[in-house]
Amino acid sequence: MRDFEYEAPTSLGAALAVLAKGNARALAGGTDLIDQVRLGRHSPDVIVDVKKLPELNGIQHDTSGLRLGAAVPLYKVYGHCGICSDYSALADSARIIGGIQIQSRASIGGNICNAGPAADSTPSVIALGGVCVIAGPNGTREVPAEAFCVGPGKSVLQAGEILVEIKFPARVAHSGSHYRRFIPRNEMDIAVVGVGASVVLADCRQKFVSARLALGAVGPTPILAQAAGDSLAGQPVNEVTIAKAGELARSVAKPIDDMRGTAEYRLHLVGVLTQRVLNAAVARARGEKIDNVPGH
Amino acid sequence: MAKKRHITTKINGDTVEFLCEPRQTLLEVLRNTLDLTGTKEGCSNGNCGACTVLMNGRPVDSCLVLAVEAEDAELKTIEGVACGTHLNAVQSAFLEGAALQCGICTPGFIMQSEALLAENPNPSEQEIRFYLAGNLCRCTGYDKIVQAVQTAAGKRQTESGTKCCH
Repeated sequence: MRDFEYEAPTSLGAALAVLAKGNARALAGGTDLIDQVRLGRHSPDVIVDVKKLPELNGIQHDTSGLRLGAAVPLYKVYGHCGICSDYSALADSARIIGGIQIQSRASIGGNICNAGPAADSTPSVIALGGVCVIAGPNGTREVPAEAFCVGPGKSVLQAGEILVEIKFPARVAHSGSHYRRFIPRNEMDIAVVGVGASVVLADCRQKFVSARLALGAVGPTPILAQAAGDSLAGQPVNEVTIAKAGELARSVAKPIDDMRGTAEYRLHLVGVLTQRVLNAAVARARGEKIDNVPGH
Repeated sequence: MAKKRHITTKINGDTVEFLCEPRQTLLEVLRNTLDLTGTKEGCSNGNCGACTVLMNGRPVDSCLVLAVEAEDAELKTIEGVACGTHLNAVQSAFLEGAALQCGICTPGFIMQSEALLAENPNPSEQEIRFYLAGNLCRCTGYDKIVQAVQTAAGKRQTESGTKCCH
């Protein structure tokens, strides 16, 4: 591997000072970064280990919402009862990224910063209304998750900036979320299509108050399917409204042909998965258990 | 060239110090510096799990860990699994159940199975297959590996209380 310096600062200020020197990259779990440095995709002079920064390594869940530190490993995400119950889509994603060894180290923040079009956590973060908190030489700024990725492997992060945490709004009554991907294997694969959904139902639980849908692996970045989610607001929960949301989701997908599937196949999957994921999110909003065995 | 770092860590219960460059992986240092060659190199990109070791109780791919990150960590490698000359439950179940052929993936599978059984002493077949999904074997077809883990789980439960030296 290429030669580089390693720093493991213990304060955010110290980390930003190292990052400001230029040609540095942040290391959380390293499951993408170390491989990419080995392959020459990134050539940093300094690697800044962010696992000793308290701001990036905490989970704070209370009545105001959830603050998920960018470097928290995936096993702690799906091991957190509050996340499993109130931000289920996030736990669904965390359980299927890589194998267990990868989940010991990889983080949601790292998955988003890697900006892969097929990232399994980004659609969930978008669907749940996540906001990325970024620190840099000019202070802190916030970017909605749907605007964070700008192209394959590219995000809004500028030189010297670091993703600190992702903030999520508090869960409201009668709400539920889910993430599911389609892969030809049972586990350890890259999504052919992934869909995340978050829904809020009315007190009667028969009507949508609102919905947010996000798609993965069908464009250069994960996509917020705004019109598909908006189409459900005020509508009854039934096959017709959910099928229409599936159609609208298909209309914003811009898939390509590649080794994992043709564009036509992916478009079909967007419609099918959107309906399944919405139905599962509705079931969770109603307090029902869904049949979701990771990898099946 | 980046200066070598002095790292102090615990491996299989012993305090170990070593020098490494920041760019060296934990896998490289285990095998080439510390002569702990039981941990195998497979794909070197986090797909195959041959290099699995336990870091602070969690299974990790040591090819995706920098050796400098091992400072103050507790590591367990395949060399720390047996109790002297006595194979532990997972090792003997793999041996008796012929859950290996060429053997390159075996240390990784055993470390991953150790982690599984520590977390879930009585896993279902599906849970075993899911937990071991990050370990690839090109020889066995997996069935005998899954059966060995089931055997080891049963054996560990009947033997619980008779603690090994580790």
